[in-house]
Amino acid sequence: MTRTPSPPSEDTAAAADNGITIKGPGAPVLDIDDVTKTYPGEPPVQALRGVNLTVGPGELVAIVGPSGSGKTTLLQLMGTLDRPTSGRVRITGLDAAAMPDEDVAYLRATRIGFVFQQFFLAEHATVLDNVADGLLYAGVPIGERRLRALDALELVGLAERPHARPTQLSGGQRQRVAIARALVDQPAIVLADEPTGNLDQATGHAILSLLDQLHQAGSTIVVITHDHAIAERMPRKVEILDGRIVADTRSVREESS
Amino acid sequence: MTATAIPGRRRLQPSDLTRLATAGLRTRKLRAGLSALGIAIGVAAIVAVLGLSASSQAGLLAEINQLGTNLLTATNGQSATGGTVELPTAAAPMMGRINGVEQVQSSGKVSGAGAYRGPFIPSTNTNGLTVEAASLNLLPVIATTLADGHYLNAATAQEPVAVLGATSAQLLGIDHVYPGERIWIGGQWFYLTGILRPAVLASDIDSAVLVGYPAAEKYLGFDGHPSTIYLRAQNERVNAADNLLANTANPENPSGVNVSQPSDALVAQADAKGAFDGLFLGLGAVALLVGAVGVANIMIISVLERRSEIGLRRALGATRGHIRTQFLSEALLLGLLGGVVGVAVGATATAVYADTKHWATIIPPEAWAGGITASLIIGAVAGLIPALRAARLSPTQALWSI
Repeated sequence: MTRTPSPPSEDTAAAADNGITIKGPGAPVLDIDDVTKTYPGEPPVQALRGVNLTVGPGELVAIVGPSGSGKTTLLQLMGTLDRPTSGRVRITGLDAAAMPDEDVAYLRATRIGFVFQQFFLAEHATVLDNVADGLLYAGVPIGERRLRALDALELVGLAERPHARPTQLSGGQRQRVAIARALVDQPAIVLADEPTGNLDQATGHAILSLLDQLHQAGSTIVVITHDHAIAERMPRKVEILDGRIVADTRSVREESS
Repeated sequence: MTATAIPGRRRLQPSDLTRLATAGLRTRKLRAGLSALGIAIGVAAIVAVLGLSASSQAGLLAEINQLGTNLLTATNGQSATGGTVELPTAAAPMMGRINGVEQVQSSGKVSGAGAYRGPFIPSTNTNGLTVEAASLNLLPVIATTLADGHYLNAATAQEPVAVLGATSAQLLGIDHVYPGERIWIGGQWFYLTGILRPAVLASDIDSAVLVGYPAAEKYLGFDGHPSTIYLRAQNERVNAADNLLANTANPENPSGVNVSQPSDALVAQADAKGAFDGLFLGLGAVALLVGAVGVANIMIISVLERRSEIGLRRALGATRGHIRTQFLSEALLLGLLGGVVGVAVGATATAVYADTKHWATIIPPEAWAGGITASLIIGAVAGLIPALRAARLSPTQALWSI
């Protein structure tokens, strides 16, 4: 097993160290293969009924569906926060289902960034430290964590206030901090769960523009939303209903890129 | 494509762990303080009990040291038939010749004589006082001094002059020597010249009225035989002198001599200090237990409150182990906080009390080290279940069921 911290830019090399064969450029960052998820209970709830989805590097994908459609479950499985009942979830070629918990955690620490509807910022810590915490479990020393956090804050347009507390920020700014935290370890994929759900429309649009901007800069982003209007803005829209993908459409504009 | 490769595992650095462990305490200071208070009280009680006990023991030992442990006494004993075996009049000078003996003094009980404030006091009201003939350098040997007036000297030892022991002065109601003050001893007036301070090593002298040997013989019909011989030996020769004493004092009848080392009683008393510690230590332990329950309670609430933080950390890549370690460290820190405060409070209490008693302040290492260790163990035990619960929480539950 490799113990050297591997910046995501060297992901391919690190993966090669582990004996993983990466298919040439454009190998999927996320590969969901016939995944089902059933929650035990009386009666058991079938949240996902055979989902296939591949997300390539640099894609911006919206997963849209009404509540109860299984989109949150899909996010949890994509984020390796839960394991599928059957099927495979591969992140950068690594099958999370086959790994012990500790390794899945390290996978999350280094290759997956999360953005949540409720931001989940630590109120007693500064903006900078909140962002730097995104690298805590990747084994990066504190000095480097803060330096990289500053870079990430720059990306989201908050570089001027690294020492503010989250409580001193507006909702939109808080979500920018959360996005910076997701980006700070330059993950292979960013998963955003209703990122504009707690924001007013204008602020929400600003956040979506930011995601767009990050996408232009090369980040791979999956946005989960119930809002078709948001999904329409995205170059690729995956519709989910009753645990199945019912449509997967790409806008022509983005196809060329 | 194989899928079993291990990307790697990371341990938290100590500085990061410290930051994580203190975060909960820093953000909820009052709550952390209150939950540590229980442990602090328990540890303080234990440290104070052990510290006070050690300090009072040290105080007593210091007193013993000051009084000296080299005082030996030889008193007249009893024969096999029950009669008193008088010490020979030559016993004192003989003992002075034992190798290593520095000073020898004596007192002789004057039988049949009582001491009263005046001739009209009924002779049965003896107050338990004895009249003793005393040698002239008695005071330094029994380690006492005068509270008032003068001791006997070569001149006053010839005359009807008396010195009161501390208890006798109290029982006779005399606290000061006035010129011309007299007491009634054995049917005649004796002038009072001095009052002694309590003699810890020779309590017989406290309840005695001392007169000179010549005066005792002249006015009170004293036979001249000493009843107690006090001697100071060189410290390293005390045991040797002790062994020789009976034979030297009364070569004809050594078994009729009782030899003792008065400081033994004080040493035994010092050793017996701390006999009641068990009770107070038990109370301290109960306080610690209550403190432990408090810490466990706070930690469980903390885990419930911080579900979303736990979920977020799991999403950021924390393992169950990371979460467990974080909460366990927090509990340990709470325990340590209580322990340190408790030791400080216990030590301060001991120092203040010891100071008022003029003892040296002594906190035994096992008290403070034990206090800190106990508080750490309590923190660990109390934090274990909450930490395990935090670690068991699934990230999806923690993040999506609020």
